[in-house]
Amino acid sequence: MFGHSGSSRSRVALAGALGVGLVFGLAACGDSKDDSSGSTDTASAGIDCSVFSQFGDIKGKTISVYTGIVTPEDTPQKKSYEPFEKCTGATVKYEGDKSFETQILVRAKAGNPPDLAYVPQPGLLQQLVATGKAVEAPAEVGANVDKWFGKDWKTYGTVDGKFYAAPLGANVKSLVWYSPKQFKDKGYTVPTTLDDLKALSDKIAADGSKPWCAGIGSGDATGWPVTDWIEDFYLRLYGADAYDKWVKHETAFNNADDIAVWNAVGDYLKNDKYVNGGLGDVKSVASTTFQDAGLQILEGNCSLHRQASFYAANFPKGTEISETGDIYAFYLPGKDATTKPVLGGGEFVLAFADRPEVKAFQYFLSTDTWANLKAKASSGWVSANKGLKIENLTNPIDALSAKILQDPNAQFRFDGSDQMPAAVGSNAFWKQATAWITGQDTTTTVNNIEAAWPK
Amino acid sequence: MFSTASTTPEKLLQMLAALLLFAAVLGVILFLASRVRGKRSDNWVGYLYLLPVVLLLAVGLIYPGLRTIYESFFDAHGSSFIGIDNYKTLLTSSDQLTVLGNTIIWVLIVPPLATGIGLVYAILVDKSRFESFAKALIFLPTAISLVAASVIWKFVYEYRVDQPNVHQIGLINQIIVWLGGKPVQLLITDTFKLNTLLLIVVFIWIQAGFAMTILSAAIKAIPDEIVEAARLDGVSPWSMFFKITLPTVRPTVVVVLTTIAIGTLKVFDVVRTMTGGNFNTSVIANEFYSQLIRADNQGLAAALAVVLFILVLPIVFYNIRQVRREA
Repeated sequence: MFGHSGSSRSRVALAGALGVGLVFGLAACGDSKDDSSGSTDTASAGIDCSVFSQFGDIKGKTISVYTGIVTPEDTPQKKSYEPFEKCTGATVKYEGDKSFETQILVRAKAGNPPDLAYVPQPGLLQQLVATGKAVEAPAEVGANVDKWFGKDWKTYGTVDGKFYAAPLGANVKSLVWYSPKQFKDKGYTVPTTLDDLKALSDKIAADGSKPWCAGIGSGDATGWPVTDWIEDFYLRLYGADAYDKWVKHETAFNNADDIAVWNAVGDYLKNDKYVNGGLGDVKSVASTTFQDAGLQILEGNCSLHRQASFYAANFPKGTEISETGDIYAFYLPGKDATTKPVLGGGEFVLAFADRPEVKAFQYFLSTDTWANLKAKASSGWVSANKGLKIENLTNPIDALSAKILQDPNAQFRFDGSDQMPAAVGSNAFWKQATAWITGQDTTTTVNNIEAAWPK
Repeated sequence: MFSTASTTPEKLLQMLAALLLFAAVLGVILFLASRVRGKRSDNWVGYLYLLPVVLLLAVGLIYPGLRTIYESFFDAHGSSFIGIDNYKTLLTSSDQLTVLGNTIIWVLIVPPLATGIGLVYAILVDKSRFESFAKALIFLPTAISLVAASVIWKFVYEYRVDQPNVHQIGLINQIIVWLGGKPVQLLITDTFKLNTLLLIVVFIWIQAGFAMTILSAAIKAIPDEIVEAARLDGVSPWSMFFKITLPTVRPTVVVVLTTIAIGTLKVFDVVRTMTGGNFNTSVIANEFYSQLIRADNQGLAAALAVVLFILVLPIVFYNIRQVRREA
């Protein structure tokens, strides 16, 4: 996926998810089985204040936070800080800015950084650390991250062997949207391996309809959804280590594995038998916007649509999004049922000051306490924090995302195109993927992307 | 005062300060001008008045221009000198050659067609009963922003699958279906440059109104005596057009042609809005933007800007010469 527009898109999507959340929130409450066990210890806003005493008296102090999380998602953010403010008497000064990603670099370089910044990409995090203005995370935060987050997440907050930033929120991209009602009617089952997925696609095609609908149109960012497909399949076919090397360009973009990955994706996206339900032939994948494509599931024109968790917001109001409803999603399966690579994104909390109150707040944000407070305050939000109680998430897609992230077999990897240099990650990769969909062969495509890699 | 303003009152205050500064500069110049005495005072006053313009041009145009040329010889981040490599890329990479080729197609087709349509229309509606209404019709598109026009035309070209329960929502494809054909992916098909030509239609739609307005004014300025004399001599409508009208409005035609040609070379909005430069439709200005903003390749972007500048330059010179000849 990509930088600026990427996160603003998920922001828009999250905004929508808030609205949609209201609609199916009721439904979710209705069929949630462990409703009663959920809200005992964390229901009262009261939290254990004694943990903050290790940071000394920080009453009356102010912590400034600078982030790209703006209206309406800033409200649950601020709300989740209230218990901390009550406990410590410190104030959190929250500043949301749509142009965060460009401004934060300017502010860091100009010597005017905030106390804390919520950084949405590992690449930007590295750039910020390189300015020399960022400070390492306190040991207490490191301990929290060891306790509550997977190793993979800690790696993304680490630069040159030093741990800087704890993860905040997260999103999951390895999802396939489908209609539980349609699956029940037709007798389809949710696949648990890649081979199952293929078999299911063949079965749906044999039943006389196109199994998949896909769209990669996104204005001048057209092509980015293909990058997510490629990344997801790279993880599944060759594993996380090979994926990391490919993202860092330690292996060439046109290596043999990469070509195999593109062909595997091509078996879906460039397969006339599989696409493009209700939208046209293979080429229509390029002309359909990513927002429109998945809606064909509701029309009964297709059965499967691969897109990130934020896609929930795209369905019209009144669509029942639940495990038995009109729409739901399943985890894009791994090669076998036991390996679970997860492609996704998230934010990281980077500090530019090491005053006690800043440390205390960093500590608070990295606890399971905060994750649960935030979960209750919002819909369309999830964290990779293992202490996050799934029953605190009212939105079924949030609950699904949390389950996927917390799976002990889950191996999280950050969106690769977000980490590649801009010439590839937000230009050549998109453009060549689009040309690939409209007919360019795989070898030419990957060679062109390799050639665009900055020397 | 010059730090980033974030609140509305702060922004208003900054604007006020800028206006005051402008007034102050103007006041100083006028004051100095009133003080100039002596034999050649007129000349000095003239130079004085030119000073702000020259200064602003130097800061806002000449310096950035030279800087861009300088940077076009550097790599993506402007850190190391790479000679003419960026220009080599422009002339050898197949992507960039497509971009250049498309720009050439645009500049060869748009100016003559837009001017031609404007001219013919202006003559046809001249002195007719519905002249002002007819002119308003073709002038309206000129009033729309290029982005809005592109969105409208994107709908005109829209494609929906050929399936029983699906209806076409694009005008062209609906007409094709009515005529018994199958809907076509208009903006994706690049056979015979179809999609580029369809984008060109949008730009002509916008520019024809501009051409018509200017040319209509020129036609109205043809002295009645000439027209009457020709009529008395019994010319046919054809010779009237080729021997009287066209030669008389020729200087205006040249101005319109060159103005549209410069606009066409710089076309950006239409391509970016309708295809984002995909499907082999990119042009120089769009590629410049992609390289600078998306690909983070400052050097190549600068080289594209320089190429655009070089292409526009001869047209500007020609235009100036024409204007001088008439003066």
